[in-house]
Amino acid sequence: MSATEQATARGDAFVIAGVTLRSRLIMGSGGAASLDALEQALRASGADLATVAMRRVDPAARGSVLDVLERAGCRVLPNTAGCHTARDAVLTARLAREALGTDWVKLEVIGDDRTLLPDPVELLDAAEQLVDDGFTVLAYTNDDPVLAKRLERVGCAAVMPLGSPIGSGAGIRNPYNLRIIVEAAEVPIVLDAGIGTASDAALAMELGCDGVLLASAVTRARDPARMALAMRHAVEAGRLAGGAGRIPKRLYAEASSPFEGMAEYPGAP
Amino acid sequence: MTRVLVNGEARELDQPVPAAALRALGLDPGRAGVALALNGTVLPRGQWHTAELHDGDEVEILTAVQGG
Repeated sequence: MSATEQATARGDAFVIAGVTLRSRLIMGSGGAASLDALEQALRASGADLATVAMRRVDPAARGSVLDVLERAGCRVLPNTAGCHTARDAVLTARLAREALGTDWVKLEVIGDDRTLLPDPVELLDAAEQLVDDGFTVLAYTNDDPVLAKRLERVGCAAVMPLGSPIGSGAGIRNPYNLRIIVEAAEVPIVLDAGIGTASDAALAMELGCDGVLLASAVTRARDPARMALAMRHAVEAGRLAGGAGRIPKRLYAEASSPFEGMAEYPGAP
Repeated sequence: MTRVLVNGEARELDQPVPAAALRALGLDPGRAGVALALNGTVLPRGQWHTAELHDGDEVEILTAVQGG
């Protein structure tokens, strides 16, 4: 039994919109060098949910990312990547629902092409429309506690603040905001974007996030399957550590060996 | 012939229905995992053989790819 399965057994289940996920690591499928490399990474990650993007069909394409997800035991989570307006995001989500038969969507509305930061106005508008249309919305958002709460209030099933810009690998730039988001949340909070390596994922979980969504950190690593396994352990370790009650940070040492019973050696100064 | 845009490219369809747009790309209209938008609105699969296309219509045919 993995640590996550043990956690589930003791009542620490990861539930989004009534669905229990086995893993708190959600994988993005973007950036892999090949479908084979993606499949190996997905298997190593232990994730049971993975994102896909919706694009014009390429009649010459060989293999399907959907087949890869199925073989790796992952449910499909379509995203609205590349959309800049609520209108386009809503249409993309509806096309994904029609094509893939799922009403789950990772909602992403980009406001700036260089940073790929979300456009909060369009995002909130799209979230409200999609919730009204029956979607289970997992909203990719800025690390803004007020916006996170607004997304929750319009009915998002999960709120997914970024650690830093998509693909930047810069880790968690504002852990304080993240803690505020987590403390106020009544829906799952999933750290989405910016993870560079395993310690970033562990930190997200230690800060109280319910899950981590990442792609590039694994798919663009030199050894994706190895990094996927590292992320799996990091998410589990971070969850356990976050719940274990860490010691406070101190400026000076706090001896862990007793002073009582020290020997007195001759010739000491 | 009906002249439409399919995924941004001009196509002449032998029948004025969305299924013909899929066939024009070499796709089986029964293929799973694809969705179709007609002039910016989702067209459910059940209407792919019956909805009428007109000259100048814009058809987008999407599927899932690696991403996110």
